[in-house]
Amino acid sequence: MAHSSSQSDPLANQFAVSSKRKLFGNLMTALVFACVVIAAIPLLSILFMVITKGLAGLSPAVFTDLPPAAGVSGGGFRNAIIGTLLTCLIGALVSVPFGVLTAVYTIEFGRGNRLSQFVSFCTNILSGVPSIIAGLFAYGVVVLTTGSFSAVAGGIALSVLMLPIIIRTAEEGFKSIPRDTRLGAVGIGATNFQSVTQIILPAAMPFIATGVTLALARAAGETAPLLFTALFNQYDAKSIWEPTATLSVLIYNFAISPYKNQQALAWVAALIVVCLILVVSILARIVSRRKVY
Amino acid sequence: MTSISPGSEETLIDSSIKFQPERLINQIFRWVTIVMAVSVGVILLWITYSLLQIALPAIQAFGLGFLTNSTWNPVEEIYGTFPQIYGTILSAFLALLFAVPLGVGVAVFLTENFLPPKVVTPIAFIMELLAAIPSVVYGLWGIFVFLPAIRPALQVINKAFGWIPFFSTVPGGRHLFGASLVLAIMILPTIVAISRDTMTSLPPQLRQGAYGLGATRWETITRVLVPAGLSGIIGSVMLALGRAVGETMALAMLVGNANKANISWFSPASTIASLIANQFGEASGLQKSSLFYGALILMILTLLVNILAQMIVGRFQQVE
Repeated sequence: MAHSSSQSDPLANQFAVSSKRKLFGNLMTALVFACVVIAAIPLLSILFMVITKGLAGLSPAVFTDLPPAAGVSGGGFRNAIIGTLLTCLIGALVSVPFGVLTAVYTIEFGRGNRLSQFVSFCTNILSGVPSIIAGLFAYGVVVLTTGSFSAVAGGIALSVLMLPIIIRTAEEGFKSIPRDTRLGAVGIGATNFQSVTQIILPAAMPFIATGVTLALARAAGETAPLLFTALFNQYDAKSIWEPTATLSVLIYNFAISPYKNQQALAWVAALIVVCLILVVSILARIVSRRKVY
Repeated sequence: MTSISPGSEETLIDSSIKFQPERLINQIFRWVTIVMAVSVGVILLWITYSLLQIALPAIQAFGLGFLTNSTWNPVEEIYGTFPQIYGTILSAFLALLFAVPLGVGVAVFLTENFLPPKVVTPIAFIMELLAAIPSVVYGLWGIFVFLPAIRPALQVINKAFGWIPFFSTVPGGRHLFGASLVLAIMILPTIVAISRDTMTSLPPQLRQGAYGLGATRWETITRVLVPAGLSGIIGSVMLALGRAVGETMALAMLVGNANKANISWFSPASTIASLIANQFGEASGLQKSSLFYGALILMILTLLVNILAQMIVGRFQQVE
């Protein structure tokens, strides 16, 4: 930086930064700091409100009771916690094998060829599909054919959103494996199937695990795709083919309800969802550090 | 990320194993992965097809007039989504108006060593956290904290500048402007993350050259670094726009769901996604079909924005 100008040397003044340019620099620096402060305020406010309002309503009953009816005090949302875990699990069961096998093709079998370029283009487009459209898709495909709103329909909707995340991280994982490993596998007579399942997949596991956790973190908070697929349920769902309550839909329903008790429960549910996502995201960071190559 | 790889050299090589069952398993496995890869494209088509299939009665009934008609009348079965399209575009535009300067400012702050990394790293982490918070929580916060907090300020603006059409209504509980501000907060992390990646990936020679010519830090940033990373920044803005257009929950909770296109930003409005979220539960027949028609328009809108974003970001990566 050219900030320091020694007073003793008359020549130095010739190269000093003029006050106008300095002012411009200081002004812009102030502006950027203001940007950071303005951007930080809403986030800190959200975190603060979710933590204080959530903790205020937190009680063991939240985990053991069913959602309260309008105007009734107390209650909890054990069915919604189970429902969120269940829909995310179904979403992962569908999208993980699908995504990992797709990445096996695009990186291991056909890296750089026409089809894998097309697939990665489709993956990018898929990741931009609005979440509500994933919900309408699952409604049209699952709800209309089975005739009932269900956790399965919700899981399918979530899997559409999880798929691009899993494909991308798995691709990164396979790319990180050096060529020598593949040559070594062929050298000892392994078929492609054997080298993928016994060498490449285990080596890419930290990346895949990161992708799965990131996808789960996204799915846990999604509401729009579940509105018309898992719907909501005041009680415990008896099977995965019935309407199922989830935390995010519960937050939506209770946030727009006029009853104070339900609004308070919405904040508690928000706290639990944010904690869940936070734990899963931190897990993803820890897992991604354990790289094999 | 999606750099052009050195082709088949990196992929697996077929070994010349002679044991038949293993060769068979190998072939099956290869075909399974091909089928899965192709299915990603099939899913995209399937999504479009299933929307189209249910939307067909509404498309036949209203045609392109659906885009310009502003009635939504379930009794007489006349539907149009002009107010929703207007609300979707205006809310996304307003959100970008606030989020882009803020996001670029934060990205510059995070990459240009204004403060030691010890201070910057937690701020970057907070920004990533912001991205992980579900939109329904933003909506909850918007209803109970943000909208009540900004209401007095908006009332002052309305009193002082009410003669400007954009501020001409007295702000009520829920309005387009507040919803757009929450939307801006939601898309901020997208802009920050990608702009930041772009700025850090610029070749260091650019910076060294500018400093060597005697440019100050800010002259370097505004005349060299930001122009050099412009396509990455524009790409991030396009991706954020895609997210803003498709965002559902926060808008459904905050925008007020008024089925009217109003010039004033302080009046309740509606977006395509919020309309679907609000009406789908009670809808049937032609109304449901119309909602799917709306979804199809939304899908096309986001597709266009996203493809454009891919092309811009892709071009930047090639230049690199």
